[in-house]
Amino acid sequence: MLEIKGLNVDLEEEEKTILKGVDLSVEAGKVHAIMGPNGSGKSTLSYVLSGREGYEVTGGSATLDGEDLLEMEPEERAAAGLFLAFQYPVEIPGVGNMTFMRTALNAQRKARDEEELSAADFLKMVREKAKTLKIDNDMLKRPVNVGFSGGEKKRNEILQMAVLEPKMCILDETDSGLDVDAMKLVADGVNALRDQGRGFLVITHYQRLLDHIKPDVVHIMADGRIVKTGGPELALEVENNGYADILAEVA
Amino acid sequence: MALDDRRQSLTESRLSTMVVPDVGCTGKARDDALARLRSMGLPQGRDEYWKFTKPDTLVQPDAPKAALFEDGEPPVFGEVDRLKVVFVDGVFAPELSDDLSLEGVQIDRLEDVCCTDDHWAEDLYGVLETRGQTPVARPLAALNTAYAGDGVTIRVTGKPSKPICLTYVHKADDSDVFLHHVIRVESGAEATILETGPAAARFNKCMEIDITDNGTLHHIRAQGRDHERRAVTHMFARLGADSVFKSFTLTANGVLTRNECVIELTGDNGIAHVAGACVGDGDFHHDDTVFITHDAVNCESRQVFKKVLRNGATGVFQGKILVQPGAQKTDGYQISQSLLLDGDSEFLAKPELEIYADDVACSHGSTSGAIDEEAMFYLRARGVPHAIATDLLTLAFLAEAVEEIENEDLRDDINTRLEAWLERRRG
Repeated sequence: MLEIKGLNVDLEEEEKTILKGVDLSVEAGKVHAIMGPNGSGKSTLSYVLSGREGYEVTGGSATLDGEDLLEMEPEERAAAGLFLAFQYPVEIPGVGNMTFMRTALNAQRKARDEEELSAADFLKMVREKAKTLKIDNDMLKRPVNVGFSGGEKKRNEILQMAVLEPKMCILDETDSGLDVDAMKLVADGVNALRDQGRGFLVITHYQRLLDHIKPDVVHIMADGRIVKTGGPELALEVENNGYADILAEVA
Repeated sequence: MALDDRRQSLTESRLSTMVVPDVGCTGKARDDALARLRSMGLPQGRDEYWKFTKPDTLVQPDAPKAALFEDGEPPVFGEVDRLKVVFVDGVFAPELSDDLSLEGVQIDRLEDVCCTDDHWAEDLYGVLETRGQTPVARPLAALNTAYAGDGVTIRVTGKPSKPICLTYVHKADDSDVFLHHVIRVESGAEATILETGPAAARFNKCMEIDITDNGTLHHIRAQGRDHERRAVTHMFARLGADSVFKSFTLTANGVLTRNECVIELTGDNGIAHVAGACVGDGDFHHDDTVFITHDAVNCESRQVFKKVLRNGATGVFQGKILVQPGAQKTDGYQISQSLLLDGDSEFLAKPELEIYADDVACSHGSTSGAIDEEAMFYLRARGVPHAIATDLLTLAFLAEAVEEIENEDLRDDINTRLEAWLERRRG
């Protein structure tokens, strides 16, 4: 589903190469995890895939179901089925959470030549999904992420994912800033979305999120490359021994 | 002080083409206004208060033509249950207006303000305008008092069941219109006055508002969308003790708009809020000039002005809070902000505080900025195209001003309107 080949990326502002030939393939129905030390390029990978400005792709490719992601505008990538759950969800004062989600969903449907959802149908759908994530009406009515706690922001990301029903979900350190209960809630939300047609790429520092969202494949990223790939046991190895052993082994 | 030659000739050349109308019992007030005007002269670009807005086209004898804008849209406030008072090119149109009788309010035409029946407005016409001439001269308001041919007087004595909607239809492309309204809200009374429409190619409107103790007035205005129209408007409001005045103006389009608002808080515990949301694109110049005087204890004033500008549009804000000696416990707030959607547009702001009391809380702020790139990326990453995201963030930026409208239906009407305009522009 998501195919990344030899991806090379520089920072636009300074002469610095962040990704140095990333190869990664995520199949439909699978959960892949990327772990790695700070500065290894994990978040950059998520930003480049979603189309954030400030990066220059100097080589390689990234496709979603065969479509070239790197040629598309961010909104086209979203309509094509790519979703990034932000590490730091953005606060947008003045834009209601519901308005935001409905505008996003209908823009995506329109881009795919699908019929737009009526306000009433949308409301019903969101309320159902919000309930399972313990998001109350007040949070739905408030401006996007404004005054939300860290946990509420992350739950709101997962709600958007549930509403937009993307094909390929990237979770960028969704566990950061979450206590155990909040993490469980978020993980339950993600697990509810796991199905045959959907791929996940879970970026995290720690094993603990992967206790709740069980990965099929674990990659270790270091210095802009995937340096090791394995099963869930690889995450446990990191948890027990840190990155140093693995990095020494592949050096 | 004698006027310099240039100002005098400018003033006299303007006056030479005009005739003071004989309307109701306002003759003395008009003579006084003319004398006032002659002593200050018409404004020129070098005047301190006209530094950012060229007065030339507002002052010259003939109104520059303005094409009618046929938008085919339903009228603003069209869905609101209201009492319609319609003016076509500045002339009251009874056939288009509703019956002016409504419980709790007395509405008359200016020409009905006759000396014989001791009309209440007789003692008010031109009075608040005169008070508003110091410390800053507002010659175009004096010009209005002298020459306004029509207008209404509204005396609120109770709580009328629906808003009074002054509707200004623009019909001739060279219409040059003066309207003057006088409003008094009696003690304990409360009303909402709406204004909508472009009115004319060149529109000079003056509104004198006297809110006595415990009175409340809401004012919501949507200035017409004719691209080439010009307008200079003045609101002179005097507030008594425990009274409330809340005013909001929406402006989209118009080659030149100068909205002046002069408010005096003369009784303790008064509340005055004045807000404006404006959306300018291209050949658009919009100026909000506000002067609020606190002359009593424990009053609150609030100025919230937001402007979205693109393609070379210009926004101006000149806002002042004056706290007189003894006006303790004053709570004054002023914010003026612009959202510049490109590098061609311009926002000029002159916030001023002048405080002669020591126990007050006054704050003011003014900012100019572009679209927040983080918010833009977040929206786009969720599938919202750039143009729609820009409009969403535009509405969000204007929200603080629009939220100043207390009545939910009226606020929704303004929001719906804004959304539709932005959507149309997107095409």
